[in-house]
Order: sequence, then C-alpha cells, then structure tokens
Amino acid sequence: MRRVVVTGLGLVTPLGADVETTWKNILAGKSGAGPITRFDASDQKCRIACEVKPADHDYGFDASKRVDHKIQRQVDPFIVYGLDAAGQAIEDAGLLDMPEEMKFRAGCSIGSGIGGLPGIESESLVLHEKGPGRVSPHFVHGRLINLISGQVSIKYGLMGPNHAVVTACSTGAHSIGDAARMIRDDDADIMVAGGAEATICPIGIAGFAQARALSTAFNDQPEKASRPYDKDRDGFVMGEGAGVVVLEEYEHAKRRGAKIYAEVVGYGLSGDAYHVTAPHPEGSGAYRSMEMAMKKSGLDLGDIDYINAHGTSTPLGDELELGAVRKLFGNHLGDMSMSSTKSAIGHLLGGAGAVESIFCILAIRDQIVPPTLNLDNPSDGCVGVDLVPHTAKPRRVRAALNNSFGFGGTNASLVMKAVD
Amino acid sequence: MSETAERVKKIVVEHLGVEAEKVTEEASFIDDLGADSLDIVELVMAFEEEFGVEIPDDAAEKITTVKDAIDYIDQNQG
Repeated sequence: MRRVVVTGLGLVTPLGADVETTWKNILAGKSGAGPITRFDASDQKCRIACEVKPADHDYGFDASKRVDHKIQRQVDPFIVYGLDAAGQAIEDAGLLDMPEEMKFRAGCSIGSGIGGLPGIESESLVLHEKGPGRVSPHFVHGRLINLISGQVSIKYGLMGPNHAVVTACSTGAHSIGDAARMIRDDDADIMVAGGAEATICPIGIAGFAQARALSTAFNDQPEKASRPYDKDRDGFVMGEGAGVVVLEEYEHAKRRGAKIYAEVVGYGLSGDAYHVTAPHPEGSGAYRSMEMAMKKSGLDLGDIDYINAHGTSTPLGDELELGAVRKLFGNHLGDMSMSSTKSAIGHLLGGAGAVESIFCILAIRDQIVPPTLNLDNPSDGCVGVDLVPHTAKPRRVRAALNNSFGFGGTNASLVMKAVD
Repeated sequence: MSETAERVKKIVVEHLGVEAEKVTEEASFIDDLGADSLDIVELVMAFEEEFGVEIPDDAAEKITTVKDAIDYIDQNQG
C-alpha cells in the first residue's frame, strides 16, 4: 500500500505568521486573544477574538510576503491566509521548482468552513446602498471556498486533483484525510492540504453569538475566555488563520531526499445524525470517528501518546469528547496526554483541524505536548486525564491523534506517527 | 499632467498593484499593466465613483489604454 508522509508545513495563526513562531508561542503558554479590533464590536454580545496580528506586530502577518497586491485586494482574507500558508508549506518541502511531470501529479485540497463571509457582508451593503452596478466583478471568485485551492494551483502550477472540503469545523481534518487518500489511491504523489478561515466580522460574530456558541462572560478578560474543560467555560473564542501541509507518497519523498516530519496513518469519519449544532449526547459520532482512524492506522490504542482535542471550550462539547476518548482508550488514557490548543489560538473553524494536526506533528518532532490554558478548575469529567494544564510538557510522543467535529454532526479524526 | 490624468493613474496603481512609472498614457491595461477583463470592469467602476460619470458597457469596451480612460472622463464629466 502507498504510504503518505508529511514533508512541508505552513501556518498563519493569531500567535504567529509561520510555523516556528506559532509553535514557540504555543509552548510558551501565550494567548492570541484580545478585544476585537477589526470593527467596532461595542454592540456585540461577544467583543473578543483571536485575531491574526497586523504586520507591524511582533508576530504579525505580512500579506505582501507571498500574495500579490492585486489578489489581496480582490479576495477575502481566508484566501490570503490559505495562499500564504500553502506557500510556506511548499517552500518548506523544497517544491518551489517542480519539474513539469511532477506538477501533473501534485494537487491541492484546501477548504474552509464558511468562506468569504466578511466580503459577502460588505458587498451586500454595497448592493443595498449603491445598487448592483457597484458590486465588485471579483465578488464571487474572491469569496468561494474552493478558491484557495484554485489560487494555490495557479500560483504554484499544481495540475493534479483540485479539491476543497466544506465540513464546518471538521474541514481541516477532512481536507488532510481526503488528500491522503488521493495519494494512497494513486491519484497524486503530492497534495497540498489544509484549511483556512477568516470570519471575524460583524455578521460572523453576531451569528455565532446568537447560536449561543461564543464565550460572552470574559469580554473584559479576553485571555481567560477560551478555557476548555474548565468549570467556568462558556463558549468558544473565534480565531482565524490557516494551516497547510504538504503530503507526499513515502517513496516519492525518499527518492528526492525530502525532510519527513511524520506519517499520516489513520483517518476516520462519521456523522452524528442527531442535531445541527449540539453534539450527540453519548459522543457516539466522536467515538466512531476515532475508532475508525485507529483501526485504519494499524496501531494499538496504547501507541497514542497525545491527543489534540477538538475541545472548543463549550459547556457540552468538551466533556462529551472526553467521554468518547475515555470509552475508546480505556485504561490507556492514564498514559496519554490530551490538550486543547484552542485555549491559546481560539477556534479557527475550517482551519482548526489542519492547524491542530500540525501541532500534533510538531509534538512528535519535538517530543513535547502543548498546554491547555486557563484550566484552573477542571470539570468533573476530567478526573484521571492529563489535560496538560497551563504549561507545555516534555514527554514521549510516538503517535498523535487529532479530533475535529463540526456543525451538522460531522466528525473527523487523524492519526499521525513518527516515521521509523 | 492634467488633474484627471493624475487621479486616473492613482486609481490604476492602487487597483492593479503596478508601479506608477509604468502607468503611462499610452499603456494598455491588458498588454502593459497585466489586467484581465474583470480588472477592467473594476477599474471602470472605480472611475465612475471617482469622477461621478457613468460609463456604459459599450463605451467601457473601447477603453483599452490609460489615455482612453482620461479622454472619456474629460469629455463626459458633468
């Protein structure tokens, strides 16, 4: 069977515009949360978010580094983040100058949960205030979810499969999982895969707040708001950014002497078939998704040393996920660590699964697991589980599992392991 | 350079992300400044906004150079 390995990484997050800066800040226990600065949020129930920082910030994002000025003007920020993260991953993999025949076998699978919401919002206002003749001719293709994959393929000449997943907050994990299968099925040798999101705009914050999904009790203490597994958690904090990996067929990577970070060995998917926003009360979908990923991986349950949890900091979701993990891993749970990096960078929605899979890969690379911030008073269901409170923890990490669950009851799990 | 020309060039530089020196009056939007047909639609909209003129589709189709734009605006500005 064709094996799939990771040979390049790219990140744009609220804690850094590249992989190493983000990871350093994550391990240092920094928080990317703050008051919303993108717009006047004073009339919103939720007035905080984890924003990607501006270019003049210590770890801010400079869009001009990899994205043409013209494209920046025409497309929504989720595409800019995705393009930059994809560029980082391709550079990291040493694939900037691929020969033509390699490009035919190189594809793209970068999705988003919502797509260009800020642009849909602002152009709707243009339509209402100035009429249809003032709507931008770039409106549609600057907002469409598959246009990260489209733009990346055009910029880097990737002529293989061009795919884009849309499964809400499971998008990033499904994108990587689907892309890995395309390599396994011999549709491609290289896939640039991941997810991006940028929905910190009035309608985005209002919409999620009205769905009672966002934290509203910590507007005066933004850094305390994302607190997965803590008794005082009251919803997630919106993040933004992108995570993109280069996946490659193992022999292909070896032949060209590529640096190999990890192997993608397991991918599980399931549906809750229960409710549009609430998770299944017994965590059944989460359980089956993890179970499938573990079965496909060929690993024993005891081989997993770290789980990067979906753990969004919502009252219901966190404990149900923990219950499903407990049910699947049983006694092995005592030897594992599990944390939610959403405590630091917020919830990147369609970008989350990809960003968090990269954290799993870095945990394997550096043999250290990132912390769950603000876990001051763990809720009752947490007993006996190492949730890595407050500070990062050096430990053995042979294999790691990432969970992502989305609105609509869509679940995805990925298992990654060190390559022997 | 006329005031119209100055303002037209500023819009072109901003929208197409090209260097100001390249935006000569003879420059063709597509051949010299890297625009595509949708960029021209957007430029025409920006000219309409900036100068308060209306540029109908059949007139817009004839605007292919920076000079075409300046001339149209000068002739049609109210």
